[in-house]
Amino acid sequence: MISNSEGLIIDGILAQIDRDNIDTDQIIPTEYLKSIKKFGFEDYLFDGWRYEDDGKLGVKKEERTINKNFILNNKPYDESKIILARENFGCGSSREHAVWALRDFGIKAVIACSFGDIFYNNCFKNGVLPIKLSKDIIQSLFEKASKSFIEISIDLHKKEISINDLEKISFEVEKHLLDRIIFGLDDVDITLQYKKEISNFENKRIQNRPWIFVND
Amino acid sequence: MRTLYDKLWEEHHVSQLDTGESLIYIDRHYLHEVTSPQAFEGLIKKNLKPWRLNANIATPDHNVPTIRGDDFGFNQIQDDIAKIQVVELDKNCNKFGIKQFDIKSSKQGIVHVIGPELGYTLPGMTIVCGDSHTSTHGALGCLAMGIGTSEVEHVLATQCLKVSKLKNMCVKFEGNPSENVTSKDIVLYLIGQIGTAGGTGYAIEFSGSYIDSISVESRMTICNMAIEAGAKVGLVAPDATTINYVRKNSMLSDEMLEEAIKYWEKLQTDDNAIFDKEMVIDVSQIKPQVTWGTSPEMVVNFDENIPTASQSSSDEQKNIILARKYMGIESEKKLSDLIFDKVFIGSCTNSRIEDLREAAEIVKGKTIAENILEAIVVPGSGLVKEQAEQEGLDKVFKDAGFIWRDPGCSMCLGMNPDQLKPYERCASTSNRNFEGRQGYLGRTHLMSPLMAAYTAINGTVGEPS
Ligand code: SF4
Repeated sequence: MISNSEGLIIDGILAQIDRDNIDTDQIIPTEYLKSIKKFGFEDYLFDGWRYEDDGKLGVKKEERTINKNFILNNKPYDESKIILARENFGCGSSREHAVWALRDFGIKAVIACSFGDIFYNNCFKNGVLPIKLSKDIIQSLFEKASKSFIEISIDLHKKEISINDLEKISFEVEKHLLDRIIFGLDDVDITLQYKKEISNFENKRIQNRPWIFVND
Repeated sequence: MRTLYDKLWEEHHVSQLDTGESLIYIDRHYLHEVTSPQAFEGLIKKNLKPWRLNANIATPDHNVPTIRGDDFGFNQIQDDIAKIQVVELDKNCNKFGIKQFDIKSSKQGIVHVIGPELGYTLPGMTIVCGDSHTSTHGALGCLAMGIGTSEVEHVLATQCLKVSKLKNMCVKFEGNPSENVTSKDIVLYLIGQIGTAGGTGYAIEFSGSYIDSISVESRMTICNMAIEAGAKVGLVAPDATTINYVRKNSMLSDEMLEEAIKYWEKLQTDDNAIFDKEMVIDVSQIKPQVTWGTSPEMVVNFDENIPTASQSSSDEQKNIILARKYMGIESEKKLSDLIFDKVFIGSCTNSRIEDLREAAEIVKGKTIAENILEAIVVPGSGLVKEQAEQEGLDKVFKDAGFIWRDPGCSMCLGMNPDQLKPYERCASTSNRNFEGRQGYLGRTHLMSPLMAAYTAINGTVGEPS
């Protein structure tokens, strides 16, 4: 999942998409939510922008009309690992398919001013790191990216982004969220260690608020 | 001094984790066909069973066709891929013994419509569903929020959600609205004011004299679209209106109901509680709202000019140019200049009986305009449909040229046969006007049922007299 042997570095080319409010319907349109799988969404990422025709689940990239103007269709951006956007990336629907599409395409981090709450949370469960930076820094990254392509290296341990090996920008992310990406932790396993607490809580609730449990 | 959200949070708090997050107990979990298959797969892989089976209620809604009639089974779904999901939900529910209102059930419908009307949503509950519009249930004083598929699996397996606490925000709606202004207009207005990220990180409690005066259905419309303002959670404290609503739909014994009511009556924000953010909106100043662009915040009074890039801040210019281009309104000044092709009355925002009554009132005795190729009414549930038919609303719509459908999400999202064709312009009572949301290259204008009904009759946006 992470390229460096220590598992703490994400590096690759930055692809900039200069828009606010990129909602999860843009990241992956509803058509592809018909899949019952958790993988295989790479060809449908940003479908409405990446192609000039209407897609269907199961139709391969090779059979579609490519929009040559869309950044991810052009070299070297077709191998980008990091996306740059502006405000409120991933707003809208709760579909985790949006993160699966990013992940399957090979995106390992998204840098934006802000994120939709549910999307932000979904990212950490799938090894995609959302990084919030200030408006000014984002603006300067867009300016740089418009001139020539940027190579980025993200040090998860130091919480630092290095740009073209020249400039360094630090970022904040809660430790427990970052740990999920670094260690690929599974929440179900962790929570089941609290089985007893949950049962005790539930038993009390059955006593105190019995109407919740009438169908049980 | 605590807010309602604080109280609901503490009431359900199981454990504080080392990570700083909390385990929150989930009272009710709704499931539908689109976001559950991968969660069930995860459960099966781990060899786990649902923690508390009867906390879960399932129904297929997103991709079911809405022309079904009686005796329609999933084998008749034409789209093979959509069929797989509906069949999968059925299989998973049967395998684990989860209660499902399946495609044939007279109580099937949009998950957020059936939950409250069947009495599965009760005040004071924590409610989750793999769907962002779960915030709808907050209208009954629940802590309700949308979750991703990994969390669906987590809730199935542990009956808990692992979350951090949100901040508190209060939006007070005061005053009386003018004629033709509904709760849809009020929430669209709010989103226009604070933007689609205005509520990010917050639980929004809606209060004020306007909220006190409206029905639970109207409150649901507001809480439903809290997510369009960025807030995962929208809330209204339970009051006499809520309790009457619950009494009507309750499956509790009288004795238990009275005991519950005593508790629900206490579920209020304390007088001196402090919110992280507060705002007051005078609803008497609000006009009917219609969106013009590709985000719910791109909304104006129905008779106001559509924003132009040249008059906007540099931050906004690009968004306006892109949205105008997508919407095919590069030079138009006003929404009333636009010719509509389709009208959709439905979705978890506006498909309840009151919404249909409001719309029917407008279309009664009239006929849809010539330019309207299709106008559909999709009741939110089997029960809404039945009630509407008893009241003769179906006939009112059909006489006016509308098509009367079976329950489902329908044209709210392009996942089932009800879709816009490229460039078609739709007056829609749903909640999202994102690019392609109602179908590839389709153009969505969000508005209230009343305004959508009027657009169907008039062919363009305007105000009913
Ligand atoms: S009606 Fe629309 S918004 Fe509501 S649950 Fe269905 S698809 Fe989602």
